[in-house]
Amino acid sequence: MSHLSRLAAAAALTLSAVTLSAHPSAADELPFDRIVNGRYQAVLGDCAGCHTLPGGASFAGGVALPTPFGTLVAPNITPDAETGIGHWSETDFRNAMKKGIGHDGVRLYPAMPYPAYTRMSDRDVADLWAYLRTLQPVRNDITSNQLPFPFNIRAVMIGWNWLNFTPGAFKADPNRSAEWNRGAYIVQGAGHCATCHSPKTALGADKTNAFLGGAVLQNWLAPTITNARREGLGAWSIDDVTAYLKTGANRFDIASGPMAEVVTNSTSQMTDADRRAIAVYLKDLPGEANKATPVAVNDPGMKAGAAVYADNCSACHGLKGEGQPKLFPQLADSALIQQADATSLIRVVLAGSQAAGTQAAPTTPAMPSLAWRLNDAQVADVLTYVRNMWGNAAPAVASDMVGKLRKSLKSGS
Amino acid sequence: MARKLPRKDVVIVGLGWTGAILAHELTESGLDVVAIERGPWRDTATDFNIGYVSDELRYAVRRDLFLQPAQETLTMRNTTSQTALPMRDFGSFLPGTGVGGAGVHWNGHTWRFYPSDFNLKSHLTERYGAARLADLQIQDWGVSYDEMESAYDRFEYLCGISGKAGNIGNKIQPGGNPFEGPRKRDYPLPPMEMTYAPTLFAEAARSLGLHPFPTPSANLSKAYVNPLGIAMGQCTMCGFCERFGCANYSKSSAQTTVLPVLMRKSNFEARCNSEVLHVNLDATGKMARGVTYVDGNGEEWEQPADMVLLCAYGLHNARLMMLSKIGKIYDPQTGEGTVGRNYAYQTNAGVQLFFDDKNFNPFVAAGALGQTVDDFNGDTFDHAALDFVGGAGINCIPTNGRPIGFRPTPPGTPRWGSAWKKATRDNYLKAFGFSSQGSSYAARGNYLDLDPTYKDRFGRPLMRMTFDFPDNDIRMSHWVSDRMEEIAKALKPRQYVQARRNKSWNSVPYQSTHNTGGAIMGADPKTSAVNKFLQSWDVPNVFVIGASAFPQNAGKNPTGTVGALAFWAADAIRNQYLRNPGPLVQA
Repeated sequence: MSHLSRLAAAAALTLSAVTLSAHPSAADELPFDRIVNGRYQAVLGDCAGCHTLPGGASFAGGVALPTPFGTLVAPNITPDAETGIGHWSETDFRNAMKKGIGHDGVRLYPAMPYPAYTRMSDRDVADLWAYLRTLQPVRNDITSNQLPFPFNIRAVMIGWNWLNFTPGAFKADPNRSAEWNRGAYIVQGAGHCATCHSPKTALGADKTNAFLGGAVLQNWLAPTITNARREGLGAWSIDDVTAYLKTGANRFDIASGPMAEVVTNSTSQMTDADRRAIAVYLKDLPGEANKATPVAVNDPGMKAGAAVYADNCSACHGLKGEGQPKLFPQLADSALIQQADATSLIRVVLAGSQAAGTQAAPTTPAMPSLAWRLNDAQVADVLTYVRNMWGNAAPAVASDMVGKLRKSLKSGS
Repeated sequence: MARKLPRKDVVIVGLGWTGAILAHELTESGLDVVAIERGPWRDTATDFNIGYVSDELRYAVRRDLFLQPAQETLTMRNTTSQTALPMRDFGSFLPGTGVGGAGVHWNGHTWRFYPSDFNLKSHLTERYGAARLADLQIQDWGVSYDEMESAYDRFEYLCGISGKAGNIGNKIQPGGNPFEGPRKRDYPLPPMEMTYAPTLFAEAARSLGLHPFPTPSANLSKAYVNPLGIAMGQCTMCGFCERFGCANYSKSSAQTTVLPVLMRKSNFEARCNSEVLHVNLDATGKMARGVTYVDGNGEEWEQPADMVLLCAYGLHNARLMMLSKIGKIYDPQTGEGTVGRNYAYQTNAGVQLFFDDKNFNPFVAAGALGQTVDDFNGDTFDHAALDFVGGAGINCIPTNGRPIGFRPTPPGTPRWGSAWKKATRDNYLKAFGFSSQGSSYAARGNYLDLDPTYKDRFGRPLMRMTFDFPDNDIRMSHWVSDRMEEIAKALKPRQYVQARRNKSWNSVPYQSTHNTGGAIMGADPKTSAVNKFLQSWDVPNVFVIGASAFPQNAGKNPTGTVGALAFWAADAIRNQYLRNPGPLVQA
């Protein structure tokens, strides 16, 4: 079929579809396997994480994203003509994904991770578009831009992009294996791992010299996921990484917080080959050999922390921080415990947290909230203790940091 | 008027042990299932928070997790010549409420009944003659132990029960219970590490030629992943099981073994804080159309369904049948009617021992961590020369050393003041007890029906319980108390104090939450409310699952058998009823 005749056929189909169900049918342009690949791109990109409200209609938007600059609400990306992207063209979509420019030239904010999606291949983007066109249109009017002045002026993104954004396709490294390159493509592109795991500049852009070096957002620390020995994935084997991505749990750790959602919506649904490719790539990223000396055991904070630990933590996490696979995370010799920034640890002790649930690891155990029971100094002491026992070494936690986070969690931010 | 909801394939009343198991099994067959639970949703981290779960005042004394009488109570009397009065506080037994039911706050003793328990009437008649049973209303279950074996096995593996088999394929296993029926394999986990008191008890029992063995426990001896893929933790022996939820994921319950998988299913829904008023029948009274319930806002709803499963606490199953006019209510004068028939309980006694030179550290404990002697239970011993049938397990299971409730003081100690404090200090570490859990055999005058006077907050009649210990059971209990005295003497304590079982049943002091019968199973619709598959004889799309099905109670905790019956009924529904809906047994 020539290009023209195909267009004509598509137009005819569109017309008939309008009269029947108002269902756009541009998807009919691509064969089934391309649409299946498009659906898989939505998994790799965790589109549902932002564009599907828990319990809501798929991809109808509505998830609020608190950013340091204000709140953005993920839009409706179903093919509804008025409230979704039904009136977009494929070019609009490609521009949004790869340049951060939407329909009618509207500038997107990088909460939509186009600085990562720009690395996706044109073919994968086209397939994703084709898949999105097959969705049931859902009428759901969303005001995405709820930022305060001046950030609510989308044109500011022109300057931001000029400073911080380099569009361009993923470049494979011919000296590396196909597996490594596949991993790099997913991590840098659709997977947009850096959106959470890379430290940010004051302008909210990824720091280029600390790729995947860990960052705090929404009062969670997205930890280092380079191969750094102490804070990163250095102690994890490739199988440990893939088990974590597949089930949300491995012998060291259990996913919770925002990563629990990522595991549920995205990594648990990836192919084994892709999970392995991601692991191979991440395990090859150099991490700084961050040397730290543990806080002395006779430090008063350590002594106080030992008592708090025995009374509140040891029943589940064990007297030596050994934990229990699939149920209670191991605290001894743990990368997550030794992150320089203790935000997640403080948060989990104060507010509790439920683990990811997957087909392979359905238990969803939860850490209870202890905010009502432990004061700021006790939380700081017990964390200082676990961060410096059983092979761990990390900076002491200050009680005013606990106080700050406690306040922030109370206010719901 | 009730508003009508969209139809479901199955509505389950109560989301405790049996409701959760049935819901899991039937959703596996693709059915659309809703469970309606009158209590709240409960989850480990939020409701059994490690920081406050051991609040003895809140949970053990004020019974925070239990059914409150204002929600539902019942009236009680010992004999038909008395006028029953409402229990304004629960005492002798404590029904649960909420997701997980009483399985949230149980101790965790997980038994199989003996093969002879299932065909009890035939077995005892053959061995001792019919005259021996004349004063009792003992019946066969209509199902055999051999039929139940794989259902028991599945429940034990679901839970991660910790124990030692005594009989695998008719080969007696050293260290286990030599009297148990043959099992096809050992327990999923080894027994828990023994504490000091049960260890001494076992030594004394062995010195008398008895056969002690570790009590099979739902407190886990090791970390475990069950066949559904759900992980459980090792018990820390904190001593807060009965009346408490477990904070450590180490006591089997619907929460720790089924719900994480069940709640992920798109064909399952749980509606909490919603109380079922009655099952709705069609005009013929022979088919159920669904249930009517009141939600947390007091609004009334009709939930239509093709099948109704009563999975509430056994007593409440029986009452819902009565309120819904499913089957005929039992009449003790004529012996006719089946719903409410053969209510039975448990016939318990105890002994407490005080030592001078021992330290038992009673706070190191778990709900089912101990030793059992079953040499005098069921029909494991010859009753030919005795004047009773039945028996009791003798259990040394020191469940806790909690500061409010565990205050062992010798008789004569004042109930308060400095002398009481001194006696507590002197004896807290140096005392322990053991007890007999006796069978409770059905009698014609022990039954459940609807009270003629008292009503609940919805205007429905309360259930009336008429019960006293049959003379047979009292004789049994005294005889077993004599055996316990022999063990007590062999332990050479400074002093021992017996608490023997006497008439009449008193509803005030706590005794046991093992209320059985009222909707019993059997082979004859004249003497049983449900058939061997727990299907109502009268309304075949209603199944009634729980201890309500026991024709009489054995000298063992009921949960293992209740869990097995849930699997047994689920199999019958999945493999037989769904293919050909209708009565599974022709009367």
